[in-house]
Amino acid sequence: MTNTRKTQLAFATIAGLLLIIGFAQSWNVSLGILNLCLISAVMALGVNMQWGYAGLLNVGVMGFAALGGVSAVLVSQAPVVEAWNASWGRMLIAAICFAGTVAGAIFTYRKLAPGRNRNLALTLVIVVGLALTRIFLDPAISSIEAIEPAKTGFLGGMGLPIILSWIFGGVVAAGIAWCIGKVALGLRADYLAIATLGISEIIIAVLKNEDWLTRGVKNVTGLSRPVPYEIDLQTSPWFIDLIRWWHGSTLDRLTDDAQQQALKQFVIDGSSIFVKLCYTGLFATVLVIVLWLSVRALNSPWGRMMRAIRDNEIAAGAMGKDVTRRHLEIFIIGSAVIGVAGAMLTTLDGQFTPTSYQPLRFTFLIWVMVIVGGSGNNMGSVLGGFLIWLVWIEAEPVGVWLMQVGTGWLDESSALRMHLIENAQHMRLFFMGLVLLLVLRFSPGGILPEVVRKR
Amino acid sequence: MEALTDLVSALVLILNFIVVPGLSYGSQLALGALGITLVFGILRFANFAHGDTMAFGTMTTILVTWWLQAQGISLGPLPTALLALPVGILFTVLLLVITDKTVYRYYRHHKAVPVTFMIASMGVMFMTNGIVRFVIGPNDQRFLDGERFIVRARDFKAMTGLDEGLSIKVSQGLTIVIAIILVALLFWFLQKTRTGKAMRAYSDNEDLALLSGVDPDRVVLVTWIITAILATIAGTLYGLDKSFKPFTYLQLLLPMFAAAIVGGIGNPIGAILGGYVIAFSEVMVTYAYKKVFIYLLPQSLEPEGLMQLLSTDYKFAVSFVILVLVLLVRPTGILRGKVL
Repeated sequence: MTNTRKTQLAFATIAGLLLIIGFAQSWNVSLGILNLCLISAVMALGVNMQWGYAGLLNVGVMGFAALGGVSAVLVSQAPVVEAWNASWGRMLIAAICFAGTVAGAIFTYRKLAPGRNRNLALTLVIVVGLALTRIFLDPAISSIEAIEPAKTGFLGGMGLPIILSWIFGGVVAAGIAWCIGKVALGLRADYLAIATLGISEIIIAVLKNEDWLTRGVKNVTGLSRPVPYEIDLQTSPWFIDLIRWWHGSTLDRLTDDAQQQALKQFVIDGSSIFVKLCYTGLFATVLVIVLWLSVRALNSPWGRMMRAIRDNEIAAGAMGKDVTRRHLEIFIIGSAVIGVAGAMLTTLDGQFTPTSYQPLRFTFLIWVMVIVGGSGNNMGSVLGGFLIWLVWIEAEPVGVWLMQVGTGWLDESSALRMHLIENAQHMRLFFMGLVLLLVLRFSPGGILPEVVRKR
Repeated sequence: MEALTDLVSALVLILNFIVVPGLSYGSQLALGALGITLVFGILRFANFAHGDTMAFGTMTTILVTWWLQAQGISLGPLPTALLALPVGILFTVLLLVITDKTVYRYYRHHKAVPVTFMIASMGVMFMTNGIVRFVIGPNDQRFLDGERFIVRARDFKAMTGLDEGLSIKVSQGLTIVIAIILVALLFWFLQKTRTGKAMRAYSDNEDLALLSGVDPDRVVLVTWIITAILATIAGTLYGLDKSFKPFTYLQLLLPMFAAAIVGGIGNPIGAILGGYVIAFSEVMVTYAYKKVFIYLLPQSLEPEGLMQLLSTDYKFAVSFVILVLVLLVRPTGILRGKVL
């Protein structure tokens, strides 16, 4: 079977599964899954750029997704004016001190010869600089957090439309990726993996604890939306008309009273489906743009160079390619894409909860998507994102159902049966691991393996 | 006289809040890191599944402990879990040997690159995690019984007449004693026995070891057995000291990696050193030194703030910062380990 046919077949299967879920469970559930599938696909594309094109093992996906998430807060929330008024002077000085520390450290590192003196000077600059920063920052932080801690207690954001945060999230993630890449990309593959895993945990720790910036574990809820609210739709005449037209044949068969009742229910159901469809449209647009750019990039001379570097760094270096620079480039681009997806996810959730970022869900699951879908193949990553998210969500009800059927011979109230059914949902982790291992062992290229064009 | 009491009080404070917790946490990390470093040295990959191996071992130990408790068997002042440990170890050995036969052996025979092993270990991590959560659930489990304390803060105050108390939990004492015994046994094994020497030779130079007739399958098998023993004991001790929760064990993976790398990966002594370095920096950086300074400094110089370098929330982050710094500045670790 050719790869194109396989791609078509695979995506037709996914569409079929979503349709089945739509008919069997509800369209709300089906669309909800589809939206997260789209976001997962974008995230998987980001990881695929780093791993599939360039062979960089980034196990810090969670950190970049969280940076995207926090950008949604920083862009869309209204600024807390009192907090700014109370603290801007000290904040400014603290920022200058911090910038000075960084600049001083870089200057010392560059100007002094390597050796004990440089290490001592560097430590001195950093310690003094950070102490100075904290002298100004600490009172600023307490003055910010003192302002209505139950409602705000942080600086707030820029009060812009939340959709801009998708771009901003990408930029923030790219900026942090530049810092990380600058220092960590020299490491061998395994060490880079462990380092990025550690860095992502540091990012989460900062987001959890710096209340003045992110409200920390108090969470930011009620983020603004790029799409209409259900409650507004339910009262708009045009929307009610739309629903009436859509369900026209059903409604005509009913008496007046029943018609009103049915219409009301249709409008309520319809509004939440309409909102989900709006999100689907937005996310699909982003996915198509990212996918189009990725395909173009991968097939360009730049993409060929990346693959050449991945397959043999030394040979590519000998041909005059700047391996370190290219690695930094792809690390930044991939992280930016993950950041965009992270911002999209927070927008969809409507809230930012730092505790929800867990490595199994946000790092390792994305990796399963890339490996199972097919590393090095953009369509493969998209497929992996769709397929794995679908399985991840549906494994829960299916697992519970299987357990119920499988333990049917046990007594209704037996402790073992209760336990098995209660914990059946955790089997999806087991199942994910199994899928990953099977694909890695029997089809290392994934479902849609990388296409190598002969020239 | 008062100056002397103050000094002793300050020392007791440091002992109680830094040295004792640091030593016990450090020992737990060291045992975990030893497992990681052995797998790294001999099988040559970073084992992401190690945290969940610990969770699995602890889980089986807990189940057996509960069974023993239900039978009315106990160890008196010591926790019953010690009695259950051998069974837990047995099951963990079984788990690791099965994963090796079904997963890792294939890649070993095909001379796969370390990265492939690492991704495979992610798959194993998912599966083990799934099993643990399926069997025992994702919640906190307590299984400590017997005496709670070796030294109680109240008794210590009454005995010495000081204002500051010192308390040592049984679990902390046990951790330190067991860690010392285990490490001594491990080093005796690696240095003196034939199999231990074969393992070191294999780790040092695979081809030469094979040439001298070392049986690679046997070396790998023994490595997994030792890893299982270390992981189960480390996990159980951690569970006795704090509490058992599958998610916490996944989180422990990073401090253990940090310990192994900081000490010099592939080097057992380095793993132990790294464990204590990580544990003590975590405790020291997040401890509020205010009371210590109150005892030590004259009244006029008493500090106003908490005298805390970083808030306690950053405890875990400290180990990652050290890890990243060591990776960047000296990737071979404090005691030169391997760089893959």
